[in-house]
Amino acid sequence: MKIRTFFYTIEQGIAGIFKNKWFSIATIATISACLFVFGIFYAIAFNVANIVRSAEENVSVTVFFDEGVSEERITEIGEMIGRRSEVKRYEFVSAEEAWAEFSEQLGEYAEGFTENPLENCANYQIYLNDVTKQGQLVRYLEGVEGIRKINKSDFTADTLSGINMVLIYVFVGIIIILFAVSIFLINNTVTMGISVRKEEITIMKYVGATDFFVRAPFVFEGIILGVIGAAIPMGMLYYLYGIAVTLIHEKFAFLSFLTFLPAFDIFEYLVPFSILIGVGIGFFGSFFTVRKHLKV
Amino acid sequence: MSENKRKRRDNEPENLSDYAIYLDDVSKTFSDGVPALSNINLKIKHGEFVFIVGVSGAGKSTLIKLLLRELQADSGTVFVNGFNLMTIKHSRIPKFRRTLGVVFQDFRLLKDRNVYENVAFAQRIAQKSEREIRRNVPSMLSLVGLAGKYKAKPKQLAGGEQQRVALARALVNRPRLLLADEPTGNLDLYNTAEIMRLLETINENGTTVVVVTHNDKLVNDMQKRVVTIKQGMIVSDAENGGYFDED
Repeated sequence: MKIRTFFYTIEQGIAGIFKNKWFSIATIATISACLFVFGIFYAIAFNVANIVRSAEENVSVTVFFDEGVSEERITEIGEMIGRRSEVKRYEFVSAEEAWAEFSEQLGEYAEGFTENPLENCANYQIYLNDVTKQGQLVRYLEGVEGIRKINKSDFTADTLSGINMVLIYVFVGIIIILFAVSIFLINNTVTMGISVRKEEITIMKYVGATDFFVRAPFVFEGIILGVIGAAIPMGMLYYLYGIAVTLIHEKFAFLSFLTFLPAFDIFEYLVPFSILIGVGIGFFGSFFTVRKHLKV
Repeated sequence: MSENKRKRRDNEPENLSDYAIYLDDVSKTFSDGVPALSNINLKIKHGEFVFIVGVSGAGKSTLIKLLLRELQADSGTVFVNGFNLMTIKHSRIPKFRRTLGVVFQDFRLLKDRNVYENVAFAQRIAQKSEREIRRNVPSMLSLVGLAGKYKAKPKQLAGGEQQRVALARALVNRPRLLLADEPTGNLDLYNTAEIMRLLETINENGTTVVVVTHNDKLVNDMQKRVVTIKQGMIVSDAENGGYFDED
């Protein structure tokens, strides 16, 4: 492409936005509305996922040892646990530490004990990378010599992994629905806008314009509209997210256990992703709609 | 590939370079089975001025569409300005069309651009430099008598003026062949005469001019070659002819 054709394309693409301002506004509004809904869902989904992830981090498996097992064996078991891919971290809790913690919970009732009732309760607290792998780790630990008992919470692990799966399905489902609706709406808007300019395309073709020469300004215009259509809802969501988080903490104190992700964490991926969607929709929408009119 | 083989492959006539339009046994049937053109033989040499006449539905528009390669013939040989339109690739059609000028009854100007930009547009498509555009467009607007109206938008112009802009756009790339489809169909007598005078001047300067019309008075006044189409067939081809009255 010659440089002057490149600049002509850009000039005509920008001019097209202003010449067909109602079409431009309709396209930007449609893309903005779709990405706004998408952004809201994305922010909610990521916060819920974050809350679930925080809960998962506190799920642990506790391993107790056989009576009279040597300290060397306990260390070996610890090393074996540490090598497992399911394990994020593990902590050794001695019988004394276990009693100290428990007696704190018992308060004055603990004073009656002269000996450590948790003498055989030294253990490893194992925290997992992924709670869905709890069963796999437990099966492994059951075969390890020197382990007497394994405490685990199937209910918590199952519930959390269930929530995770539901979140993934719902998130993917909503993205697919939003995409389908967005493409339908945007395609209709772009089709209407470009159909009005069908005559212009026909004239260009009669005069000897190549498909590229005809299409390039429309595609450039589509990309610009896509970027604007993505930038507007992202700006609005960034502003509204801060307000929403503050409002929830101030007005709904009973929800204070919820920890919301900082705006940056949400928008770090949402903004480029949305702009990519906007650009993609603008590009492909114009590309394929113009193609219909190029057969002159 | 030798020249002879290439000619055989393209079904290329020996003296093709003499012709702006070379149609041999060309037929076209629409998808609903209605024949639009049947066994058309039409040879127009470079530099000729030819009227193609016929009533509505005779096949004139289909013929123009074939010559523009908007439609492709079902059979026969179609050469325009040396391009074989039966075998031309889609990507080569723009290059072919740049060798033509085309004018329509409804002008088909870009409504949002002024007179200058409408004419310059054809030059931009032909990838002319800004310097060439600044030189060629004003001279073409002078030729059609619109130099003083270069800033006007199409809707600010009368019908005859709009057609002159369309002519300027068609001619600015100096095509070898000008196709005019009912160029005076929307014009009054005065503007019709003006446009025809311009077409004659253009023809005298070496451009082949083909005018499709059903304006019998115009055809009879001009005394040029007249090809008459009726029901998709050429029924008359006369030098210095008149409008063939099929009734």
